[in-house]
Amino acid sequence: MTSPAAVWDDVVVGGGHNGLVCAAYLARAGRRVLVLERRPVVGGAAVTEEVFPGFRFSVFSYVVSLLRPEIIRDLDLPGHGLHIVPLESTFNPLPDGDYLATWADPDATRRELYRHSPRDADAYLEFGRLMQRMAMAVKPLLSVSPPDPASWRPRDLLAMGRLARHFRGLGERDLHALVKLMTMSSADYLAEWFESEPLKAAKSASGIIGTFLGPRSPGTAYVLLHHYMGEIDGVFRAWGFARGGTGAVSDAIASAARSFGAEIRTDAPVRQVLVENGRAAGVVLDDGEEIRARAVISGLDPRRTFLELVEPAELPDELVEAVRRFRFRGSSGKVNLALSEPPDFTALPGDGPHLRGAIAIAPGVDYLERAYDDAKYGEFSRRPFLDIVIPSLIDPGMAPPGKHVMSIFVQYAPYHRNGGWDDRSREAFGDAVIDTLAEYAPNVRSAILHRQVITPADIETVTGLSEGNIFQGELALSQLFFLRPAPAWAGHTTPIRGYYQCGSGTHPGGGVMGASGHLAARAVLAQGGGRW
Amino acid sequence: MTIHGLRTTPFHSRTAALVRGHAWRRWAGYVVASSYDLVHDLEYAAIRGTAALIDVTPLFKYRIRGPDAAALLDRIVTRDVARCAVGQVLYTPWCDPEGKVIDDGTVARLEEDRFRMTSAHPNLRWLHQNAVGMNVAIEDETAATAALSLQGPAAREILTGVADTDLTGLRFFRAAEACLGGIPVTVTRTGYTGDLGYEIWVANGRAEALWDLLVAAGAPAGLLPTGLLAMDVARIEAGLLLIDVDYVSARRALIETQKSSPFELGLGWTVARAKSRFVGQAALEAERERGSTWALRGLIVEWDSLEALFSEVGLPPQLPTTAWRTSTPVYDGGEQVGYATSGCWSPLLKKYIALSHVPASHAEPGTDVALEMTIEHRRKRARATVVETPFFEPGRKRA
Amino acid sequence: MVSGGRRDVVVIGSGIEELVAALELAQAGLGVTVLEPGEVPGGQAASEEILPGFRIDPVHPDAGHLPPAIVNGLGLARHGLAELRPDPVLAAPAAGGEPLVLWRDPQATRASIARRSPRDAERWMGFAGRIASFSGILEAVAMRPPARPAGPLREMLPYFGVGRRIRSLGRSRMIELLRVLPLPAYDLLDDCFENDLLKGALGALSVRGVFQGPRSPGTSLALLHRQVGSPAGTFGPRTVVRGGVGALAAALTAAAKERGVQVRCGAEVAAIEVEEGRAVGVSLDGGEVIAAGWVLSGADPARTFLDLTGARHLDPDFVHAVRQIRFRGGYVRVHLALAEAPRFEGLDVEPQGSLVIAPELDAVERAYDDAKHGRMSGRPVLEARIPSLADPSVAPSGRHVMSIDARFVPLGDHPAPEPDLAGAMGDRVVELLAEHAPNLPGAILERRVLTPADLETRYRLTRGDPHHGELALDQLLFMRPVPGWGRYGTPIEGLYLCGPGTHPAGAVTGVSGRLAAAAILARRG
Repeated sequence: MTSPAAVWDDVVVGGGHNGLVCAAYLARAGRRVLVLERRPVVGGAAVTEEVFPGFRFSVFSYVVSLLRPEIIRDLDLPGHGLHIVPLESTFNPLPDGDYLATWADPDATRRELYRHSPRDADAYLEFGRLMQRMAMAVKPLLSVSPPDPASWRPRDLLAMGRLARHFRGLGERDLHALVKLMTMSSADYLAEWFESEPLKAAKSASGIIGTFLGPRSPGTAYVLLHHYMGEIDGVFRAWGFARGGTGAVSDAIASAARSFGAEIRTDAPVRQVLVENGRAAGVVLDDGEEIRARAVISGLDPRRTFLELVEPAELPDELVEAVRRFRFRGSSGKVNLALSEPPDFTALPGDGPHLRGAIAIAPGVDYLERAYDDAKYGEFSRRPFLDIVIPSLIDPGMAPPGKHVMSIFVQYAPYHRNGGWDDRSREAFGDAVIDTLAEYAPNVRSAILHRQVITPADIETVTGLSEGNIFQGELALSQLFFLRPAPAWAGHTTPIRGYYQCGSGTHPGGGVMGASGHLAARAVLAQGGGRW
Repeated sequence: MTIHGLRTTPFHSRTAALVRGHAWRRWAGYVVASSYDLVHDLEYAAIRGTAALIDVTPLFKYRIRGPDAAALLDRIVTRDVARCAVGQVLYTPWCDPEGKVIDDGTVARLEEDRFRMTSAHPNLRWLHQNAVGMNVAIEDETAATAALSLQGPAAREILTGVADTDLTGLRFFRAAEACLGGIPVTVTRTGYTGDLGYEIWVANGRAEALWDLLVAAGAPAGLLPTGLLAMDVARIEAGLLLIDVDYVSARRALIETQKSSPFELGLGWTVARAKSRFVGQAALEAERERGSTWALRGLIVEWDSLEALFSEVGLPPQLPTTAWRTSTPVYDGGEQVGYATSGCWSPLLKKYIALSHVPASHAEPGTDVALEMTIEHRRKRARATVVETPFFEPGRKRA
Repeated sequence: MVSGGRRDVVVIGSGIEELVAALELAQAGLGVTVLEPGEVPGGQAASEEILPGFRIDPVHPDAGHLPPAIVNGLGLARHGLAELRPDPVLAAPAAGGEPLVLWRDPQATRASIARRSPRDAERWMGFAGRIASFSGILEAVAMRPPARPAGPLREMLPYFGVGRRIRSLGRSRMIELLRVLPLPAYDLLDDCFENDLLKGALGALSVRGVFQGPRSPGTSLALLHRQVGSPAGTFGPRTVVRGGVGALAAALTAAAKERGVQVRCGAEVAAIEVEEGRAVGVSLDGGEVIAAGWVLSGADPARTFLDLTGARHLDPDFVHAVRQIRFRGGYVRVHLALAEAPRFEGLDVEPQGSLVIAPELDAVERAYDDAKHGRMSGRPVLEARIPSLADPSVAPSGRHVMSIDARFVPLGDHPAPEPDLAGAMGDRVVELLAEHAPNLPGAILERRVLTPADLETRYRLTRGDPHHGELALDQLLFMRPVPGWGRYGTPIEGLYLCGPGTHPAGAVTGVSGRLAAAAILARRG
């Protein structure tokens, strides 16, 4: 146990994956680091839990693609037990009994796409190429803390100049493609490339994940790109499961952090950050314990970081106002099923590689748009978008022999549901998901042994993510880059000296990426992190 | 599983029985024989000495019909399709608007307004994108049409022996609709070996019958089913380019420097002067004016130099038995000036040859350069001479 | 058949932008011929009579933001142009309650809002000021040819002024601008106001030119775009001139003729003649060819490139880009000839400016939802004007004309939702208005409904889009009309574009014509 008198270099509030990454980097740099996690387990939204006896689930976040390879390398995560198994395929059953799939092999994918549209089969390769180039173009943004565009400080001006030069250097064609990606709707963007409705729908679905927008809303093409980010760095087929569930990612990072000397305390909810003379001096736990540190790094979302952990009075009004306006609006839920047998899809019956990949119910752009319409007016989607994986087919340890676990990411489930969320609406939401899935895989209904339904309200309660937003704030154009989470404070620092932020609500945000934690650690180290 | 397995060609029932070494190669989503025998020497010998029968079904094939068919193709390719006679075939590259090569293939004018285009990459979308506002029907017949390449000195004799009409006079790069043993086919006097030869295009349903017919008729002349390994050696000898190996399609390049113009690929002769507007024309005319930065040339490695390098380590010269396709530095003095993209030992010429990209400064035939070779784990440089391609061009090819 | 004289410039179309360009070119000493397919100059800007004495502007709701520089610079006042300043600028009737009225006088507006929400009234001036300062930035951008970000630095030079202006907003406004540009209007309005009617009315103004609901990113920009040139707080019609847009067209025509511009009516251009990659003139429907050194097209980019030039003269990538331009009409325009002015319940002033019917933001969103899914809006959002209230010249004495833009109707890629879209939508609009002005149905003497299909066939607007391309984030500046070709030139040497399909997308009237003319003159050297 830590003695109360001990002074830590850094206290990280929240043991989510970004907090752990940040702690690991800080500890690696030789600092004395303490991570405080409210729950009994680390990982935040990246946890594996045995929800039903013998059935283990990646309760919230369920696939890994965006975890930065340099983090895996720097922290030697494979040495700490991380093993990512690639997803074999994507499979989208369609209402007419057909399906659209992409396979690990490009020739097989081409053949499958050709069935739907010969031209799209041609376009698909070029599209992939362009996305790769675009991801390369945006990558430099992921690895820097955004400058403050309104500042006259030489550092910011220099950084702005560097960015301008980078983008000018892309050349006209790529720059135009990038502007389009940053501003268009995924439906419009994809329509420039493809004609097959199932393909457009399947692709546009990745543009809406975690947003409160539909595929026809401008800004969603960027989210589409965000999901391609995993495919750079020479990493092909970067989407995968972590063996042992997403919690294994958190465990590996935690283990790495410990190996560098960091201490991690669970069941240690932080009530507030101590601020003395305008500088962070430590934290106070719920039970009143005071822990002093030279720097405090919050891995919580911006609302908690700025409006709850510290007194808003300590902050400039402008920042408080910006954080108050920062939009969370959780839009997704999760249904975890324990199954007696794998699903049997009418469109492609029996076992097959399609069950070992990502299965999506996203049969049309209009379908997704209708799902969004429901949410706009405060209802969960009657026919939602489902993104399904069956980890037990790849990692048999996730379920008892012969049995399976199915993870269903569901959109849309608005946090601000008319009348709020309660047990009844939660079950009704779960029913809508099962009804939707059963239209494509009728055996699912009778195969269900247990079901866990998670609403955005549940996500908020369990993980503390405000309004249940899985990205700690919408990935909307007005909330990205130097606006994430607030102008001038996108560089992982805060107006309170010695107080930093490292959650997904900071740049670049979103997904089990770890980049925010890494950049925050750099910011702490760059400022000497309060070594006075 | 078949849902995501590879495709086999309509000749598979025949070829599968013959591929003794289980040596298959993937080609555009199909599998075809790399070599039938355990080594490909005899198959190569058949190309140059008797006759070889090669399954080239995986080529992409498009049928283009309609009043604007000629205009569409003329707009796309660098050669002058307006001046392509009925029954004529053009070998041609095509370019993006910046004059960089997208792909190369053939355009056969089968009737006034009916063409077949073949290509190495899929081009359906590109055809459609160019056809805006045109009265033309574009049909992908890749999966419906099988193709055999009959190559070698005895090819004419074998072909005319089974033809229901007289094909003796079918000239180099000409096409004819014909019947072989009652099987309707299109015959083009084309190939990818630089030898006398034909390519025969047939509907899938008659493919096996055509194979059987040609194998039976060719046996007395020494015809051998031949795989891609042997063809690869022959095409390097003939100086014929292979996409993804010798150049990168402008549509797939990730950076500008990966792209090449026809001039830079030794295909300047295909860029027609004074033809109507085509994609990339302005850029190509400008490049013609100002000269190109790069050139594609042959390299012949000097045997003495090569032998000396091996003898330094006490070895006799050891060269790969198959063609290689790894980008390999080309030096002038201490400085890398270019790179070779494919090469092989030419069993016929007894030369170690390569296709290489060299800067204009080193494009003059006779220029001395050096090719990197790895000998006993160490990088060495063998002296080589820049030459024009082809390395080998028998008179029978055009005769 | 070749006509005698070769012209320096032939201009396709005689709309406002084309006439401004023709004037500028003539002023520089060039011989200019303007070709108008219709009977009278002005094209879609020319006014029409729906009944004798009842004049309407068929397509344009107002003259846009017509800056004094154009009016004075071209001497339009001499040709009878007079600006009107209708007040109130906006009235939004409410079901069974007092309408919301916005005035030119911000204090009056504030008082009007205060009756609904004191909190909103308190925030009004701040909001209006912010919008005005942001649209001021947009105006500065609108006046310059767009710079290509990867282009030569000299293209950026004119933007240093804009940059300084942005910096001069001060830190918090500057950051707010960055945030607002991609923000959904819904969020912008919801952050600020609580009153549904106020938010609904402003939300309705935010979807003009886009086929989106207010919850979509980019709609705040559409609002700013529309507010270019409007003083703070004047959310309503932009410049209104006596006699309507048609009078502006007439004044421009007179000024053009005075400067030697030939204006030929009944001259339908069939093709732009291209030789060796250069535009050499145009051919008319009858076969006549007019040779010219320069061709300036005011037709929308799809018509200009795909119909008039022909894809075969253009690179496939460029053609692909043109085909990707999103033309999204998505609304109908209803014109009424009225025996008497409509009397809106609870409204004790003459609604001289805009009349907006959009009770709340979600009503606008739902109107879009319908059209998005291929139905015409069950309760369309209306933005109407009764020009005859402020300008008796457009209707016989005591009578009135009223024009209504009703949003939304489905885009053309949906199967026709209604066999008689014009009839159905016309009825719906009248019913909706009658809920607030019961005397209206009885006063209608004549009704004309223009659907997107009508706008396309009658006024040659691709897919019925009068903006020549949606005002979407990716279709502005150097991306308009297609990426990389925002500076009025085209891949065809000698062929230039003007009109709303080019920068500044109609934000300031006459600017695209003026900048296109400047581009030609600069190229001519």
